[in-house]
Amino acid sequence: MSKPKFAMYWAASCGGCEIAVLNTHETILDVDANFDVVFWPVAMDAKYQDVEAMEDKSILLTLWNGGIRTEENEHLAHLLRRKSQILVAFGSCATEGCIPGLANLSSVDDIFATAYHTVSTVNPDNIHPQPVFRVPEGELTIPAMKPVLKTLAQVVDVDYYMPGCPPESHQIAAVINLVIQVLQGKAELPPKGAVIGAGNSTVCDECKRKRDVKHITAFHRIQEVAPLDPELCILEQGVPCNGPATRSGCNARCPSVGAQCIGCYGPAEGVLDYGARLITSFASVIDATEPAEIERILDGIPDPTGQFYRFNLADSLLRASTKAWKK
Amino acid sequence: MSEKFEPTIIGFTCNWCSYRAADLAGTARVKYPPNVRLVRLMCSGRMDPTFVMKALAGGADGVMITGCHPGECHYIDQNYKALRRFLLLRRTLAGLGIEAGRVKLVWASAAEGVHLAEEITKLVEEIRALGPLNWPKWDEQAEHQPEPALEVAA
Amino acid sequence: MTQRITIDPITRLEGHGKIDIFLDDKGDVANSYFQIPELRGFERFCVGRPVEEMPLLTNRICGVCPEAHHMAAAKAADAVYHVDPPRTAKLLRELLYMAFYATDHTTHFYALGGPDFIVGPDAPVAERNILGVIHKVGLEIGGKVIQMRKYGHNTVEIIGGRKVHPATSIPGGITKILSEEERKNIEEMGRWAIDFALFSIQAFKDIVLANKTYLDLIVGDVYTHKTYYMGLVDANNKVNFYDGKVRVVDPEGKEFCKYAPHEYLDHIAERVEPWTYLKFPYLKNVGWKGFTDGKDSGVYMATPLSRLNASDGMATPRAQEAYEEMYATLGGKPVHQRLAIHWARLVELLYAAEHWVELATDPEITSPNVHTVPTEKPTEGVGIVEAPRGTLTHHYTTDERGILTKVNLIVGTTNNYAPIQMSTNKAARNLIKGGKVNEGLLNMVEMAFRAYDPCFGCATHSLPGQMPLEVKIHDKDGQVVDVIKQFVD
Ligand code: SF4
Ligand code: SF4
Ligand code: SF4
Ligand code: FES
Repeated sequence: MSKPKFAMYWAASCGGCEIAVLNTHETILDVDANFDVVFWPVAMDAKYQDVEAMEDKSILLTLWNGGIRTEENEHLAHLLRRKSQILVAFGSCATEGCIPGLANLSSVDDIFATAYHTVSTVNPDNIHPQPVFRVPEGELTIPAMKPVLKTLAQVVDVDYYMPGCPPESHQIAAVINLVIQVLQGKAELPPKGAVIGAGNSTVCDECKRKRDVKHITAFHRIQEVAPLDPELCILEQGVPCNGPATRSGCNARCPSVGAQCIGCYGPAEGVLDYGARLITSFASVIDATEPAEIERILDGIPDPTGQFYRFNLADSLLRASTKAWKK
Repeated sequence: MSEKFEPTIIGFTCNWCSYRAADLAGTARVKYPPNVRLVRLMCSGRMDPTFVMKALAGGADGVMITGCHPGECHYIDQNYKALRRFLLLRRTLAGLGIEAGRVKLVWASAAEGVHLAEEITKLVEEIRALGPLNWPKWDEQAEHQPEPALEVAA
Repeated sequence: MTQRITIDPITRLEGHGKIDIFLDDKGDVANSYFQIPELRGFERFCVGRPVEEMPLLTNRICGVCPEAHHMAAAKAADAVYHVDPPRTAKLLRELLYMAFYATDHTTHFYALGGPDFIVGPDAPVAERNILGVIHKVGLEIGGKVIQMRKYGHNTVEIIGGRKVHPATSIPGGITKILSEEERKNIEEMGRWAIDFALFSIQAFKDIVLANKTYLDLIVGDVYTHKTYYMGLVDANNKVNFYDGKVRVVDPEGKEFCKYAPHEYLDHIAERVEPWTYLKFPYLKNVGWKGFTDGKDSGVYMATPLSRLNASDGMATPRAQEAYEEMYATLGGKPVHQRLAIHWARLVELLYAAEHWVELATDPEITSPNVHTVPTEKPTEGVGIVEAPRGTLTHHYTTDERGILTKVNLIVGTTNNYAPIQMSTNKAARNLIKGGKVNEGLLNMVEMAFRAYDPCFGCATHSLPGQMPLEVKIHDKDGQVVDVIKQFVD
C-alpha cells in the first residue's frame, strides 16, 4: 500500500514557518517515513503542473503558510484545496494575515507610492512595476497585487488552524505525531475547524509573572522603563502586553525574557475580534474615571490600532482600513 | 444618491436608564429620527467593543452607546468601564479610518427622554454629514463554498 | 524570430521568481530578465507604528534571517533616540548574531550551496543534495550539521527568547539578562562550533580544492564579474557583522569609499524597473550604467566574498589564517569569481564561531546592566548590519514621540539583485548557442544563483539557494516546443 501524501506550500510569507518545521529536526524523518512527500518546495522539487495532474483529494495533508496577496497565491490556494483532503492554515500569516496583514491599513497605490519613492530611490520618471510590460525582446509579466491581503480561510475552506509566528517547533512536532497516530488508527482527528498545536486559554494563563490586579495610572513604552521587574505582570507595570487576548501555546515565551507578548498566537479561544478583546482588557486595568484623565493615560498607547491588530488585522471583523478599500 | 442619505445607526442602550428614556420619549411623543435601531443591554458595562465592530462591519453608519450618568450605574461602576472602553475603541477605530463622530457615548437617565431624543437627532445629522460608511461585505464576497464535512478514512 | 525561454520558478515553485530568456534570430541569447513578483509593503505599513516595534515587525520580512532585521532595526532605533546601549547589551546582541551566522552559513553550505561542490557539479541531479553530501563525506557529518543548527538556534533562543523571530532587542539595549548557567552553556556550544567550522574548512579543502575540475570551475570565467564590493568593517578594517563602517572597494581592490551608517544616502541609490517588484541598488557616485560590470558601472556585490574583499582581514586568529589561505590560493585580492563565495562563507563561519566564544567568555556578558533608558528626543536614525546575504540598512524617521514617519529598507539580497541578474545572464549567454539548450544550462544558471545565496524572502519568500528549475522553450508562435526539468530531491 502506498503511503499517504503530504504537501507544504508557502504563499505571501517570510519563510520562518518553514524554518520552524525544519527545526523539529528528527520529526522531519518521521514525516519522511510515514508520508510520501509529493510537494514541498523547501525540501524537494515538484512542479505546479505535477500537482495539477494529481487526482482531486489525493493529497492527505497539506500545510499552507502565508497569506493571500497576489492572484497567483489565490490560484494556488484553490488548487491545493482541490487536491487535499486536509488543508491546514499553518502559522499566523495563513490563519490571520500576520504582520504583512498590516498592509491592509494602506492601498496598493499607496504602498507603491512609498516603496518606489523612498529617500534612496532615484525614480525621476515615476516608474512603478507593471503586471504586463513590453521589453524590446518581448513581453514580461508579474502577478498583480490584490487590494487587500486575505487569510487562507477567506479564500478557500480550511480544515484546521495552526497559530503562531511561527508555530513553536514542539507544537509542530506534536501535530505531526498526532496525524501519524491517526494514520495508525491510534488517535482520532479533532473536529473540523479546530485550532491545533496550541492551547485553549491565554498567554496570561501560561505566564509565570505575578498579577495582583493592580490598576495603572500610566502606560509606558518598554524603552522608557526597561529593565522591567522580572516577577511582575508586564501589563500591570504599565507596559502594553497582549497576553490577555492571545492564545496560549508558546509557554509565554516573550514575557519570560522580559519582552511583551506581541500576540503572535492570535486570538484566544472564543474571541471573535482580537482587537476588541484587547480593548476590553486594557481598559480594565486603567485606574481612572474622568474622561480627561483616561485620555491622558491612553496617550501612553501611541498606536492602538497597530497594538491591537498587529497580527490579526486581516482576520478581524473590519479587516482593513478605509484607506485600503474606499474609492 | 441625490436622495437625502438616511444613516443606519445602532444604539446599544442600558436597560435601566437610556432604554427607558427612549421609551419615555416614545410615549411622550418627543420626535426623533427613526434611524437608530436600539439594542438593549442590561448595562453599558456589557458593551463589548466587538458589538461595535460587528455593527460597523455589518453596514451601520454609526453607533450610539448609552448608559446611566456617572455614579448612577445600577451595577455600581460599570459605566466607567464602558467609558474607558469607548475612549480606547474610538482611538482604535480612527486608525482604521473611521471618524470619531461615528461612534458616540451618551449618558441619559430614565427621565431624560428629551435629552436622549436631542442627542439622537444630533448624531443622525452628524453622521449624515459624514456620509455613508458602507463597509465592504467581506463575507458576501467569500469566494469559496464550504467543503463537505471531513471523512478522512486514514 | 524571437524565442522565449522561461525558467520558472526560482523559488522552487511557481511565482516567487522567474527568469525569462529571449533568443535572437540566430538562437543566441538576446537578453534575460530575472523577475521578483511580489511586494509586501513594509516601508509603507510600518509608518505610524512606534519605533520600538521595528525589531519585531521587520523580523517578519524574512524568516531565514530575522536576526539580521532584528539587529538592524534595534540599531536604527538606538540611533533614532541617540542612545548608546550599555556594553553588555551590545555584547549580547552580537553573541546572538554570531550564533545565527554560524547556523545560517552551515545551512547554506551543506544543504544548499555545498552539494554543487562536494558531490560535484557533474553528478546526477538526484544526488546533488544534502543526502549526496552525506554519502560523499560520511554519515557522521549529517548529524554534525543538525547539531550545529540546534546549537545555533538554542543560543538564539536563550538570548532572543525565540528560535525564529527573536524578541528581546529594544531601543537602548536588550531585555534579557544572561545567567551564568546560560553563559556556560552558550560557551560550550560555541567551542563545539569552532571545531565544526575547522572541520568544514578541511572538508572543503579535501574534496573541492584537491579536485582540479572543481578548482577550475571556481577560477573559471563563467561566473566572473569585476564589480565593486561592499562590507562592514571595524576600526582596523577587519570584517564585522554587527557594527562599524561600510567599506566599498573598487574592482581593483582599492578603497572606493567608507561610510558611517548615517551617511549611506550619499553613497547608495536604488533604481526601479517596470518589470519587477524589486529595486536595484547601485553606487550613487559611480552611477547606474545598466547590468554591466567594471569600474564605470555602479553595480556592487555584497556577499561573504565581498565582505572579505572589502576588508583587510578577519578579527579572529584562525579565521585570519583561513582568509590568507583563500587569497593565496585564488591569486590575491580581490577575488571576482562568484563561486568563491562558498569558500568565503566558510571563512566567515569560522570567524562567527571564534567570536561567539570570545563574546561568551567576556567578563561583562552576564552583567545586569543591559539597557540605557533613552532621554533624548527621537528624530532620525540609520542602523546597518551585515546580513549573511549582504549589507542590511534600516533608516527611520520619527516624530517627537518616536512614531515612524518614514521608513527605508535596503535588504541583504537586494544589494545583489543586479549582479545576480548579470550572472544568470552571462551563464545563459555562455550556454545557449544557436538555439541549443540543454540541462547544462540549468545547472550553470542554478549554480550562478546559488553562490549568492539569494534569499528573496527579503523581497518575496524563497529560502536560500536551492532552486529546481524548469525551462520552457517557446517557438515563435508561442507554442511550447521543449520543456526541460530539473528535479532536486
Ligand atoms: S507566520 Fe510568521 S514565521 Fe510564519 S511565514 Fe508568517 S511571518 Fe513568517
Ligand atoms: S499581561 Fe503579559 S506579563 Fe501579564 S500575565 Fe499576561 S502575558 Fe504575562
Ligand atoms: S508570548 Fe506572545 S508574542 Fe511571544 S511567542 Fe508567545 S504568543 Fe507569540
Ligand atoms: S446600569 Fe445603566 S450603565 Fe450600568
